[in-house]
Amino acid sequence: MSWLLAAPIALPFLTAVLAFLFRAGPAGRRISVAGNAALLAAAVALMAETLREGVIAGQVGEWAAPFGITLVADLLSAVMVVITAITALAVSVYALADIGERAERLGYHALFNVLIAGVCGAFLTGDLFNLYVWFEVMLISSFGLLILGGSKAQIDGGVKYVALNMISTILFLSGVGLLYGMTGTLNIADLARTVPELEDQGLVTLIAMMFMIAFGVKAAVFPLFFWLPASYHTPAFSVSAVFAGLLTKVGVYALIRMFTLVFDGDVGFTHQILLWVAALTMLTGVLGAAAQNDIRRILSFHIVSQIGYMIMGLALLTPLALAGAVFYLVHHIIVKANLFLIAGVAERVAGSTELSRIGGLYKSAPLLAVLFLIPAFSLAGFPPLSGFWAKYVLVAAAIEIEGWVIAAVALVVGLLTIYSMTKIWAEAFWKPHPEGLEPALTRLPPGDRARLLAPVAALAGLTLVIGFFPEPFVAFAERAAGQLLDPTAYMTAVLGAAS
Amino acid sequence: MEALLALAIGVLVAAAVYLMLARNLLRFIFGLVLISNAANLTIFTAGRLVEGAPPLVPVGLDAPVGTVANALPQALVLTAIVIGFGLFAFALTLMFRAYTTLGTLNGDEMRVAEPREHGEGSAMR
Repeated sequence: MSWLLAAPIALPFLTAVLAFLFRAGPAGRRISVAGNAALLAAAVALMAETLREGVIAGQVGEWAAPFGITLVADLLSAVMVVITAITALAVSVYALADIGERAERLGYHALFNVLIAGVCGAFLTGDLFNLYVWFEVMLISSFGLLILGGSKAQIDGGVKYVALNMISTILFLSGVGLLYGMTGTLNIADLARTVPELEDQGLVTLIAMMFMIAFGVKAAVFPLFFWLPASYHTPAFSVSAVFAGLLTKVGVYALIRMFTLVFDGDVGFTHQILLWVAALTMLTGVLGAAAQNDIRRILSFHIVSQIGYMIMGLALLTPLALAGAVFYLVHHIIVKANLFLIAGVAERVAGSTELSRIGGLYKSAPLLAVLFLIPAFSLAGFPPLSGFWAKYVLVAAAIEIEGWVIAAVALVVGLLTIYSMTKIWAEAFWKPHPEGLEPALTRLPPGDRARLLAPVAALAGLTLVIGFFPEPFVAFAERAAGQLLDPTAYMTAVLGAAS
Repeated sequence: MEALLALAIGVLVAAAVYLMLARNLLRFIFGLVLISNAANLTIFTAGRLVEGAPPLVPVGLDAPVGTVANALPQALVLTAIVIGFGLFAFALTLMFRAYTTLGTLNGDEMRVAEPREHGEGSAMR
């Protein structure tokens, strides 16, 4: 089998083991950064190969599909792995200045890299039960990261996060069992072949709903998102950045994968529900954010709201809409992780993320203000930043099939997003600091300043690149969407030409 | 046999849902254990039940003879049990920790990470 496919899973595991062995000193941090740089190189190599070949698949232990576990990368998987690697590298550099020695000795870097391995595994697997295992790998390491430090707020948020995610996992597992009982296979490509031939399509739709709820909890869609704003503002900033960027997006990826490849028999029913879910997710998220007064809680609710856009792309199920969803995923991960990292810098220099307790950042830290404006305006969809193109493609796709309501919701939610972003801007950056403090970046030790700001600047730069040169990214997203809508290449790559 | 197991799964799920609706988190955790075992039984039953025929290959042959039990669901259930056990151990420890640091196991009273009611701002740290 191709090592290119296994490397994005094996490298983070190796990094995790080494980082755990050397967790006592500075070596652990360096191993984490080096490991994630290697992961980025492997991800780019995988991307290059996928661009050349279309879809690449490998069978673990040479057990032929559909009997063994298949690893498979199409363009969507490949781009998700690349974005995961970029986020992981940025956060591991940021963590050099953000994570204290106590958390390091407790195994922060090991948990972080296991989480990345789980995320990459979920993106690359072509087997449903294996997907469950990767979800569990992600889940258990995220539990650890979430409560590392053990403050009251962390335990409180952790309880809610653990409880709801475990219910989703059990529902997913039951769905896997029932689907296996009906088809006798767990290979996703093989399922795509056998599920449409089943007699009892009503039962298939029922199982599809179990998957929708299970992945819906993971993706934090309406009305299953409550665990997210209850917990994402409690852990260290590095942790919440990587959670915000990646974890919910694994749920979205799983929804896209299953509801384009396997559960596309009764689109009038399932995708109609998804469309409602999308609209309500966008609205509740953005309205929830409007009521918050803590930067991280505002941003957490905006994750929920933004997830709605991606689900909208999946629900419309046209080539343009799916391309929009893929583009949105890529843009959103970069922007969201970056905003949480910036919230961390703001807390370090101004003393809090509570809007009523901080201020004056524009005057004394103009560089941070600029770095905040780029992802914030991108999130709200200002041209010419990446969020504008993402929303533009999705709204265009909705208007194309005369989905006026969903298009209107998408536009209104964009408008309300500006409200939240200007609230953070006005409170944290514009108004004077309530305690008369001058929160300049020079309050940070020089070494920490570089480690905190370099990843933020790099991610902001990436947002600008996508914003100013959207054409290759949109073209790529359209190609990825084409693969999702016509799974022939995917199935041939996994099962061989005989299928 | 399927009907019996299906009934058992139904009873387990019903008991689990009843327990999970309680405000006491310890009951919630016990409900979670029950429902995860119901999920395991679902996989086992969905993989078809065969009585008294272990999937063993006789000496000198390449495949088992006649109808034998499906080994795959058993492997899946075994994996799920191991993972579920780990998660349960973690969840129990977390609940114990929640009880010692927050002083309550009532889900309604756990509001440390929520914003305060009267616009005081959140009690983040």
